[in-house]
Amino acid sequence: MATKAIVGEKVGMTQVWDDQGRVVAVTVLKVTPVRVVRVKTDEVDGYSALQVTWGTKKATSLNKPEAGHFEAAGVTPGKALVELRLDDVSTYTVGQELTVEQWEKGEKVDAIATAKGKGFAGGMKRHNFKGQGASHGNHKAHRVPGSIGACATPGRVFKGTRMAGRMGGGQVTSLNLEIVAADAERQLIMVKGAVPGSKGSRVVLRNSVKVATAKGGAR
Amino acid sequence: MHLTEAVDHDSMKSDIPAFRPGDTVKVHVRVIEGSRERIQVFQGVVIRRQNGGISETFTVRKVSFGVGVERTFPLHAPTIAKIEVDSYGDVRRAKLYYLRDLHGKAAKIKERRVARD
Repeated sequence: MATKAIVGEKVGMTQVWDDQGRVVAVTVLKVTPVRVVRVKTDEVDGYSALQVTWGTKKATSLNKPEAGHFEAAGVTPGKALVELRLDDVSTYTVGQELTVEQWEKGEKVDAIATAKGKGFAGGMKRHNFKGQGASHGNHKAHRVPGSIGACATPGRVFKGTRMAGRMGGGQVTSLNLEIVAADAERQLIMVKGAVPGSKGSRVVLRNSVKVATAKGGAR
Repeated sequence: MHLTEAVDHDSMKSDIPAFRPGDTVKVHVRVIEGSRERIQVFQGVVIRRQNGGISETFTVRKVSFGVGVERTFPLHAPTIAKIEVDSYGDVRRAKLYYLRDLHGKAAKIKERRVARD
């Protein structure tokens, strides 16, 4: 599991140049200071995690359980509560702030976010089916999935057969993205490549849990 | 200002001369050979400028030993040391793709008279 994590907001994508003058596509994430509200440990909770919040929320829009929870922790109420699963939480305390400064250029991270919903999508979009030819007598079947099984044996469609249906809108983790820049002054983290989700959506960054190694090599 | 624009602002150049399609420019490109760096000049006619902001690019066309050569540069690339405008052209299109089909005198662009400042 990860050793550190933070919550940010997706701002959008742009490009920067690396030191060799090559264009690098980056996703810009706004990472405001994150406050620890509760430290969850193996002994008490059965798993280790940090419960954190960020930003501010008006006192009038808090309900009583929320207000009580923040008050008990002695932490200013924030936009939402998010849990960051970590290996070891013994170094963290309630009220501690996590900021951009703990991240640096070149680090590998995973980005966890809710993907954009695609609605009811066909087999080509949803499962990368090939579809059929545009011509050669094809009649209104250019994007259909084709066969979904055999005939009287088995006489049914197997469970789990890939078909059209709801796509997207679920949690997606992008592994091993590189941090291109961590700008503490502007509270921005720039990550190489794309990050799931729409602009303004919440993104959890954690340091990579599946570090690429040479084939057959030990971690 | 949107935050990504603020990020773009860091890598955008402010010393780019005003030039448009039809103009003849000299692009000074940094070329790294082994450990040393030198400047290579690519001179030709700008046939297009596309996109905007940080991702704006322009394409320069020249005819080298009878062969047309086109090179597209990101306008704000750090590999471009300098852009020099050699002459201004008088054209009626934003994209001068028709130059590809012309050669010799027909491919010559009329010069645009520019008020000196």
